[in-house]
Amino acid sequence: MPVSQPSAEPHAPSPPNGRQGAKVEIRELYKAFDSKGGRFVALDRVDLSIAAGEFLCIVGPSGCGKSTLIRILAGLETPDAGTAAIDSTGWPVENAMVFQEASLFPWMSVFDNVAFGLRNRGVRAGDCAQRVGEALQLVGLSKFHKHYPHQLSGGMKQRAAIARAFVTNPALLLMDEPFAALDAQNRAILQEELVRLWETSRKTVVYVTHSLEEALMLGDRTIIMTAQPGRIKEEIHIPFPRPRKEMEQS
Amino acid sequence: MNTSAGSTVRVISAPTRKSKRSSTATDALRRRVLTVAAPIGLLLLWEIAIDLGMADRRLVPPPSGIAMTFLDMIMSGELLKHIGTTLFRVGCGYGIAIVPAVTLGLMMAMWKPVRYALDPLIAALFPIPKIALMPLLLLAFGFGEMSKIAVVAIAAFFPILINTYSGAAGIEKIYIDAARNFGATPGIMFRRIVLLGAMPMIFTGLRLALGISLLVVVAAEFVAAEDGVGQLIWISWELLQVDRMFVGVVTMGLLGVLSTLLLQEIEQHVIPWKQR
Repeated sequence: MPVSQPSAEPHAPSPPNGRQGAKVEIRELYKAFDSKGGRFVALDRVDLSIAAGEFLCIVGPSGCGKSTLIRILAGLETPDAGTAAIDSTGWPVENAMVFQEASLFPWMSVFDNVAFGLRNRGVRAGDCAQRVGEALQLVGLSKFHKHYPHQLSGGMKQRAAIARAFVTNPALLLMDEPFAALDAQNRAILQEELVRLWETSRKTVVYVTHSLEEALMLGDRTIIMTAQPGRIKEEIHIPFPRPRKEMEQS
Repeated sequence: MNTSAGSTVRVISAPTRKSKRSSTATDALRRRVLTVAAPIGLLLLWEIAIDLGMADRRLVPPPSGIAMTFLDMIMSGELLKHIGTTLFRVGCGYGIAIVPAVTLGLMMAMWKPVRYALDPLIAALFPIPKIALMPLLLLAFGFGEMSKIAVVAIAAFFPILINTYSGAAGIEKIYIDAARNFGATPGIMFRRIVLLGAMPMIFTGLRLALGISLLVVVAAEFVAAEDGVGQLIWISWELLQVDRMFVGVVTMGLLGVLSTLLLQEIEQHVIPWKQR
């Protein structure tokens, strides 16, 4: 049963144009890899429904198949059995991914990196420049459009990666431990900005992390997975009202 | 309180400003003096040794004599004609090699069938010293320009191909994944991801190929040409015109340095993202 948005959310704006993000139905999804140590079952008949506009976090130890799951949704892996149906009716682009480490192309400027997905989909140069400009403004990188990735800090690189994903206007935003390499302060800032961007766009977000704390901070719902074989062990609905503030560290 | 053990205190402080500044200044000065003085000193020693009669002038000319011959040959236009011929052969051969070498290298990295088909051919052909093909090329193309251009092209082809391939194959998977996720078609993948990602290694190949091209063109001109800098060196040896021989050697050195500098200049424009 897809989970509806918690109704006691005074801050949630109504989605623009009545749109909601992608709906995802995952049924009996199975994926195994052959390695030297034998067969490694990354996903063992996983069932999961993700509601339109939901912010879903997936938590688990390394090797639990959470990255495999998100890579299947991104179209970068194919399942061995089972299905994942993504309904992105009415959206220009189905999904876009923000990767774990710096995945910006080192040989392209920040502008060209962000424009990459738009140009591939035939967006005209004028529209392209305008949309990239807006996306860079949203993540606070307007002044850095001519810079190359190596000239940016880790946090700025991930901002640019978020802009690159948002600019194509995907129904489903896939994030694979995007802030894992950042220091705590930068991570907190970017988490907050991500939630702000999500709230105004109401895309569906699937966010993979190994930190339960991060999942509780960001998500509407958190799936906890176990490793070998990769299965869903537990599901937590997160009742905390938004905006959330991280608890003071003692 | 703890009197029996005494105390061990080490104070760490910055070196005094004066000593620090003067030492770095001395270093810079020393470097500048030595880099200029060493080659000039060597030439002077050479000159003096000849003046003192320590070597036969006819076999080892003094630097001043070589310089004079060099100027004479430039003024008469003779040297420039040789340089022009040699550069034409290197330029044509090298230029012919670049596009197929880069294209095949990228295709080998992107498509396994191409790799499987070309790997054994490259493994068999790469180790052959390319100048060994000169007689074969003379048979095929005759004594004209084509044989020299062909040997340079073949020699330049392999280092460019191999470096392009290893650069393209070494592109991190995350960039390929990101490009696919953001809708790259095979054409986009080829031009904007694999080609650009391999560019630093392509330039490594171009640098190697340039050195090899100059080497091969001189060797080819020794045996199979009527002009060119290589032929100038060879004829001068046969006629025991040692001054002119040295002029040819120095000229090739200068061509090597200048063409490498030109390539570096081009690289800085083509690869603006490279961290220097």
